[in-house]
Amino acid sequence: MLESSLQQLGAALRAKKISSVELTQLYLDRMARLNPRLNAYITLNPEISLAQAKAADARLAAGTAEPLTGIPVAQKDIFCAKDWLTTCGSKMLHNFVSPYDAHIISQFNNAGAVNLGKTNMDEFAMGSSNETSHYGPVKNPWDTQRVPGGSSGGTASAVAARLCAAATGTDTGGSIRQPAALCGISGLKPTYGVCSRYGMIAFASSLDQAGPMGRSAEDLALMMNVMAGFDERDSTSLQRDNEDYTRDLNKPLTGLRIGLPKEFFAEGMGSDVAKAIEAAIAEYKKLGATIVDISLPNSKLSVPVYYVLAPAEASSNLSRFDGVRYGYRAPEYGDLADMYEKSRAQGFGAEVKRRIMIGTYVLSHGYYDAYYIKAQKIRRLIAQDFVEAYKHCDVIMGPTSPSTAFKLGEKGDDPVQMYLSDIYTIAVNLAGLPGMSIPCGFGDNNMPVGLQIIGNYFDEARMLNVAHQYQLATDWHSRAPQGL
Amino acid sequence: MTWEIVIGLEVHSQLSTNTKIFSGASTAFGAEPNTQADAVSLALPGVLPVLNKGAVERAIKFGIATGAHIAPRSVFARKNYFYPDLPKGYQISQFDLPVVGNGQLVIQVPAQGKQPAYEKTVRITRAHLEEDAGKSLHEDFHGMTGIDLNRAGTPLLEIVSEPDMRSAAEAVAYAKALHTLVQWIGICDGNMQEGSFRCDVNVSVRKPGQPLGTRREIKNLNSFKFMQQAIDYEVQWQIDTIENGGTIQQATILFNPDTGETRAMRSKEDAHDYRYFPDPDLLPLEISEEWKQQIAATLPELPHTKQARYQEQGLSAYDASVLTSARALADFFEATLDEAPGQIKLCANWLIGEVSAQLNRDGLDIAQCPISAQQLGGLLKRIADNTVSNSGAKEVFRTMWTEGGDADALIEAKGLKQVSDTGAIEKIVDEILAANADKVAEYRSGKDKLFGFFVGQAMKASQGKANPAQLNEILKQKLAG
Repeated sequence: MLESSLQQLGAALRAKKISSVELTQLYLDRMARLNPRLNAYITLNPEISLAQAKAADARLAAGTAEPLTGIPVAQKDIFCAKDWLTTCGSKMLHNFVSPYDAHIISQFNNAGAVNLGKTNMDEFAMGSSNETSHYGPVKNPWDTQRVPGGSSGGTASAVAARLCAAATGTDTGGSIRQPAALCGISGLKPTYGVCSRYGMIAFASSLDQAGPMGRSAEDLALMMNVMAGFDERDSTSLQRDNEDYTRDLNKPLTGLRIGLPKEFFAEGMGSDVAKAIEAAIAEYKKLGATIVDISLPNSKLSVPVYYVLAPAEASSNLSRFDGVRYGYRAPEYGDLADMYEKSRAQGFGAEVKRRIMIGTYVLSHGYYDAYYIKAQKIRRLIAQDFVEAYKHCDVIMGPTSPSTAFKLGEKGDDPVQMYLSDIYTIAVNLAGLPGMSIPCGFGDNNMPVGLQIIGNYFDEARMLNVAHQYQLATDWHSRAPQGL
Repeated sequence: MTWEIVIGLEVHSQLSTNTKIFSGASTAFGAEPNTQADAVSLALPGVLPVLNKGAVERAIKFGIATGAHIAPRSVFARKNYFYPDLPKGYQISQFDLPVVGNGQLVIQVPAQGKQPAYEKTVRITRAHLEEDAGKSLHEDFHGMTGIDLNRAGTPLLEIVSEPDMRSAAEAVAYAKALHTLVQWIGICDGNMQEGSFRCDVNVSVRKPGQPLGTRREIKNLNSFKFMQQAIDYEVQWQIDTIENGGTIQQATILFNPDTGETRAMRSKEDAHDYRYFPDPDLLPLEISEEWKQQIAATLPELPHTKQARYQEQGLSAYDASVLTSARALADFFEATLDEAPGQIKLCANWLIGEVSAQLNRDGLDIAQCPISAQQLGGLLKRIADNTVSNSGAKEVFRTMWTEGGDADALIEAKGLKQVSDTGAIEKIVDEILAANADKVAEYRSGKDKLFGFFVGQAMKASQGKANPAQLNEILKQKLAG
């Protein structure tokens, strides 16, 4: 049952081979056994989960089930969910029980999915290793000495360890794709604006995007059918017709033009990663694709541009966490300024504070033009590179991450090294494009390698097709970590 | 050499939408604290702003009414600072790309002492949309501070003038004209007690021809009287400071109505770096030519245009300006005029005279006037067609005010109908002249003063009902022989 696809689970539920309550209990039992070692979840609430499962069983019995009805899905703790503790990985929100549902949560509720729990994450989604969480680091199920990636590390770990059927993540600079790669699962960051940000705690508003993480492209497509769609409560949500993301899964790849940016295959990538990526490209050629050499000349500026823009927005987005209305407030303080200072000093972790300081600096009078405005201009150039590239290819491929999962604590003292682990993913967020990562082999330490697929705007269905055809031809995505 | 006073205003006008600028929470005044604070007003994690189109429409109306440029694309920016009644830690405002720019407002500065009234055009630099903050309540919490977020997110239009005003009187006249305009075009209720119209006044002094002096900004004036007092005090303070060898430091100051003094709140050194940047949660605001035209079509005739039209139709500048000082008054005036066509002066005189005096006496405003424009017009029409004399009409008016009723019925009931029948008046005149042949002879030999005597006699004989103009006419003819 744990290895079943969402499609198979749905069929089993509808055929009454298993009830949603039984399936949910199966996962809850497994979580009780394994989560203490992986720390993939921050909050479990079996009472709510089982109540939702019971309701789903009623729907299944009534014949009003939808594809995901009764299926246990984990939610990144960045999504506000009514009556659930919603921490965003921070001490600042250690006591915040949301009074409302994020759009994404409502969508899953309406679809009849079971919320299995809230997954661990880097604090306020700031991190690439899940080590910045106030609730402790998440372990990679392939090797618990190693990080799962971040910021959606809890989700990636939970999906890889079969602690949920599928789960949600969010991606600001690679936070879905990089942990998906490091944990050997599939993850999709949609085009900016496809999934509503309403109720998703903001890190960098112009970059944040929710997306599914799961064990196969096919599962992601079913998740996307629930997650995508216009929401008037998010002004950046795109007003488009709903689409069926499974519609193109079975199209052949004959004639597919795959662009390989030379910048992604230059120095910096581990040789084990390079080998796996090359093998994957070879597989695509077998599937009928042709290879086009392309260039994204400004992509090398992605990391510096991102580390101006994302902190700038974050410094402002995180101002609401001031200890006044909800969340953490320092137990002792003098005047108002002291309350702010102590609450924020004690409530935020080091990485969050670092980014608030960077963001505050780049927005300051006298620096704004040199940093923020300049970065915005380069951002447009980076996006323009992709527009140019897509004149010559249909999808772009490359590594998701320069290396496989590193050891816990390995990069903890060097933020710049940590930032560079997102070097291949960030340009996609800056351009607002959809990107995904699928497993394509294993590296030197038997740790998974992820292949990144970048599509043109709104090309999610095609990307899922490209990924699915590869997954029909290979079995990397169905490998499970052993010995847990 | 005298000092020149330089004044510019920043006015926060609360827009009259039912819901907040970025959420569906109510904007009604006076509710229990925090009962109108929804998730967006509370700035819960994850919530997002959605722009209220009604607020934009009001800004566009203002732009059209001041002949301003309405930006086809403007941008919302975040103004970052920490304060407990600012729940997000930033205010959504507009910074370098405001929705309205380069307008103007024509103001009437009233006569003062020997200086006659005059008209002046004040340039409006810009007007931008923004959200209001909540309120910090420092009383009744035993040393703690209460926060009420009902007002947080209320839409404001901040209207910034050029430093075009040269006296407190001009500043007050501008503020009043603006206050009239925003109510006139229906974008703000103008309620100053409830904070719907708040003025910040920038004041500096200089010697004529010199560059601008350093300004100090008097914050949050919510009455025209206080504005006048605050400017007078501040100007004198600045002049005294400079003349005593001091210099003016840029500062934000408060006016204390109890002492009549201004006091510095914070100096330039304490000024925030607001770290403005475009709000990534909101798309740029785009206003099409079509939308602008749709809104333009809904705008009423503006006070200044109306005033000019009244003057063309024969009213004095003073009367025209009084009648256009409030939309309700102008509407009443025009409805009255509809009933008494062609009687613009008569209607103006009565509205500014009798009606205003009665309203004042009863403590009412024009919207509460117990006599309708139709009733008043019906009465004035009877003055115009000589049915009733002016003094008779006043009597009718007083009854109408307290008891209601229709002019014709009241004239009839009170027996105030004038005799306007030429034959009847001629008959009376003939009788009077015949009975006073000696006086007629005296008059004809040059004693003009006797004319009044004949009028009096004839009036008496008609029991006061003869139409005086007709009577005069007929008397003159007959006396001339």
